[in-house]
Amino acid sequence: MAPETIKIRISDDALAIACGADEVAEAFEKAGATVERVSSWGMQWLEPLVEIEGIGFGPATPADVPAILAGGADDIRIGPVAAHPFIAKQQRLTFARAGKTRPLSLEDYAATGGWKGLSRAREIGPEATVEEVLASGLRGRGGAGFPTGIKWRTVAGARADQKYIVCNADEGDSATFADRMVMEGDPYMLIEGMAIAGFAVGATRGYIYCRSEYPHAIAKLEAAIRASARIVAPFVLEVREGAGAYVCGEETSLLNSLEGKRGEVRAKPPIPALEGLFGKPTIVNNVLSLAAVPTILAEGAKAYADYGMGRSRGTMPIQLAGNIRHGGLFETAFGITLGELVNEIGGGTQSGRPVKGVQVGGPLGAYLAPDQFDIPFDYEAYAAVDALIGHGGITVFDDTVDMADMARFAMEFCAAESCGKCTPCRIGSTRGKELIDRILARAPRGRDTVETLPQMHNAPRTTRSLEDEIVLLEDLCETMKFGSLCALGGFTPYPVMSALKHWPEDFGVKARQPETVG
Amino acid sequence: MADGQSARLDEIIADHIGREGPLLPILHDVQSTFGHVSEEAKRQIAKALNLTRAEVHGVVSFYHDFKSAPAEKPVLKLCRAEACKARGVEALVADAQAAAGDRVAIETIYCLGLCSVGPNAMIGKSVHARLDGAKLDALIRELA
Repeated sequence: MAPETIKIRISDDALAIACGADEVAEAFEKAGATVERVSSWGMQWLEPLVEIEGIGFGPATPADVPAILAGGADDIRIGPVAAHPFIAKQQRLTFARAGKTRPLSLEDYAATGGWKGLSRAREIGPEATVEEVLASGLRGRGGAGFPTGIKWRTVAGARADQKYIVCNADEGDSATFADRMVMEGDPYMLIEGMAIAGFAVGATRGYIYCRSEYPHAIAKLEAAIRASARIVAPFVLEVREGAGAYVCGEETSLLNSLEGKRGEVRAKPPIPALEGLFGKPTIVNNVLSLAAVPTILAEGAKAYADYGMGRSRGTMPIQLAGNIRHGGLFETAFGITLGELVNEIGGGTQSGRPVKGVQVGGPLGAYLAPDQFDIPFDYEAYAAVDALIGHGGITVFDDTVDMADMARFAMEFCAAESCGKCTPCRIGSTRGKELIDRILARAPRGRDTVETLPQMHNAPRTTRSLEDEIVLLEDLCETMKFGSLCALGGFTPYPVMSALKHWPEDFGVKARQPETVG
Repeated sequence: MADGQSARLDEIIADHIGREGPLLPILHDVQSTFGHVSEEAKRQIAKALNLTRAEVHGVVSFYHDFKSAPAEKPVLKLCRAEACKARGVEALVADAQAAAGDRVAIETIYCLGLCSVGPNAMIGKSVHARLDGAKLDALIRELA
């Protein structure tokens, strides 16, 4: 086949680009082939993935180009991409277009069912639209899992001259990239979801607050907003760039940041649904929640709610990351076990060593040990074992990791990113880091000058033992968990306590009865 | 602040002042135009937005992206969050620091959203994945 008649599909997702997709695309163009830049399939270990008439090659380098064009390159040929087990096993609703469409093509979007949800919403009216989202059982995909329909109903019922739709695209959790993939790969779906939300609750303005670490996503969104302005009118929306503060992923902190203030958390109540952005009723939804809405409206609430288990309905885009052989985006109905995700789909660790633990739900999520791999992916099942699904990110660690180091990092991260408004988070995280440092150095804290003064007769007489320090750490975690204003300080104890519970030997202590821990 | 800079700052302020919550967009433009947000810039922005200088300073100092002084050397941001740690970034840090010396600043960033192909780094707006010692070293040498 002559090169110019061959159409090559390569992703222009930031991850593919970081792995060298631009160079591969350029090499194909130099060889005379036509290159079409599409969204990513989400099989990230194969990026840059080259697709020719449905057949995939990956990971490809510019040096592979002549062989691929000549019909060879058997060593990186993966066969039909859509039939690859990693894709075939998924139930893709939010990521139905992944790998198949050009992200900024309005033509591709409309041809694959785009804008159907918005048309249907306009047909059935605002109230029925809210009811549809409520009936779908959709829960906030950002982490808290609050029913999206209830939030919408509250805003719809509020009276105000101006209401807002705010999309939380401050995806700061390590191991999460689903929001980024939606924004870069299918931006019109997010825009459609926001337009539906605006129509349903009577909001005419929307903001997408995207983190500054995602320049590719911001560029795509801005282009997509310009191209689709006429379709979503009278709804007007705008991208706002964050400025490197993790805590701005917390909704009230995000609202302060949008208003041009320090990203400090607000006390609730008032809830943002009643007094949100600039004091007006505001829907704050995660990218994945809003991106699920067009499907719910187009296919009906029941079709969506038929997926899933218990009170976790629909599908969850799960992100497999860290030391994993087959990392990427795996969207499936709730209920899949952690073991299936890590071992069967993910193929175990990349290093080939045994899995020691996995962190589910980002930096504020608990570490789970392999003996917990039978837990189904479900909000309630995770809550029952003091863990959380969060934004659906899974980081796999092999047996070379020191879990006490990871616990220390959780505290260090919290100290670096705390907004400083509440004391348990601001001071607790710093003291927690110092405390774990002492535990790791096996150097318990002795009495200081003040404690040796005669009037300090209640102060301890002896140097603390390692066990005393552990008890102190547990106490501190308890205080942070129940005393912090938001999830940053409140959930940092999850990784710390779970590491201590499952891997006490890394802290230099023997395993203890579960009830004395956590 | 030189007159030319002050005029450019006025333009930036004028571009955004009609928007809702204009402070962050203004600061982003100031940061990318001048490389930092100076004391004079804080005063000029505060005056235009009817804020106190302290309020503007409070916002500038809160966010990692805004700097009060210009960067003295090129910056490489290395992700050291959990997923990159799981993929071995910590083992690269000492050599990277040595290669950077005092010519390149290696800053820590938490997560670029490329968590299955780490260790990852960002230079300006370009992202780099699957780093090992040699690749990271090459990136640092390119900057120096």
